[in-house]
Amino acid sequence: MNEETYRRPSAGQHPPNRFDAYKSTPGRSPGKPAVVLPHSLSEITGPLLQAERLDGLENDLTRQRMAEPLGERIIVHGRVLDEDGRAVPNALVEIWQCNAAGRYHHPGDQHDAPLDPNFYGGGRTRADAEGGYRFVTIKPGAYPWKNHHNAWRPAHIHFSLFGPAFATRQITQMYFPNDPLLAFDPIYKSVPEGARERLQAAFDMDSTQPEWALAYRFDIVLRGRNATPME
Amino acid sequence: MSRGLTPSQTVGPFYWGTLVKTCHAELAPPGVAGERIALALSLHDVEGAIVPDGVLEIWQANSHGRYNHPDDRRNLPLDEGFEGFGRAGTDAKGVARFATVKPGRVPWPAGGLQAAHVNVSVFARGVLNRLATRLYFDGDAGLADDPVLNLVEPARRSTLIARRDGDGVWHLPIHLGGPKETVFFDV
Repeated sequence: MNEETYRRPSAGQHPPNRFDAYKSTPGRSPGKPAVVLPHSLSEITGPLLQAERLDGLENDLTRQRMAEPLGERIIVHGRVLDEDGRAVPNALVEIWQCNAAGRYHHPGDQHDAPLDPNFYGGGRTRADAEGGYRFVTIKPGAYPWKNHHNAWRPAHIHFSLFGPAFATRQITQMYFPNDPLLAFDPIYKSVPEGARERLQAAFDMDSTQPEWALAYRFDIVLRGRNATPME
Repeated sequence: MSRGLTPSQTVGPFYWGTLVKTCHAELAPPGVAGERIALALSLHDVEGAIVPDGVLEIWQANSHGRYNHPDDRRNLPLDEGFEGFGRAGTDAKGVARFATVKPGRVPWPAGGLQAAHVNVSVFARGVLNRLATRLYFDGDAGLADDPVLNLVEPARRSTLIARRDGDGVWHLPIHLGGPKETVFFDV
């Protein structure tokens, strides 16, 4: 067994744990460096959730309630890949987001914006053999979040990915291209320049559906395996 | 073709109901082999205050020490209905509970066995990267020789070792920072 089955991220790709402009981080971040673990079976295995049964409508957030939610209908699609461009097949992709007015269907969200009874905001799908996934949803709104004076989160969709191993577990957020709020958002800006741009989806004219929905493409890249064979 | 990794972002406070539906996850349906155990993992900030809006995930081998995953190719039994994955949000007291079976020991690449352990992922508002840690069992055979515990400075090893209360529940406080900071691993 190779002790480095999955490549370690090089510097500058992920945010630091503590990023003071995002004011929740100082009270919730470790002060000591993480202990580097050689890869054993515990790290190179992980939940694949292949037995998880997905309802056919779970990837369409506009059809989960009695009627269609308000907002701009969009298609969000892409591929789950590793750093070598190889597909992560059958990956479970989970998303959650606020509604078009910028309000989450969540008891803790007290933003003075309307809830939409027809929008719950959670979706799941399983990528295909090529790592491809596709959701239909509505474009989430921006919302204020009290981190600092006049703080607004840019519109975003949360993504949760498992990848093939415990080592590849990843939660992230997808943003919309050229959103003017990105320049003011400490969560987005916690990621070093040069890497943070990867969190912006691309507007995808070719995948829009005329008379129906605009489309955005968001490819997700998880850690790649080292070239050394396992045995 | 080399591609840049997708950077990590916080889970945020509003995953509830969409990413997790419970603060008590049950991993082992009736019939799964092994010793039934209950885990209570509490999450704390650098001041020791509880974190009531976190998400904890666990990943473990079954009681035979086999991971339900194609890269574990050892000839050991898999248990029907047991994947070894659990996810729970922390409740108003900062606790996430799991009902599972005690994992068996798994090998170490350089030889020998690791002590029985559960792999833990921590997510929360204010946590920008997944934090990975482990849960070991107090009094367990193999703790003294565990190759991972031995990578950790001795004074901090106890942050990884769950203790059993009078009701038999295994408790592990996870401190995101501060004087009782849990050991986190770069996996």
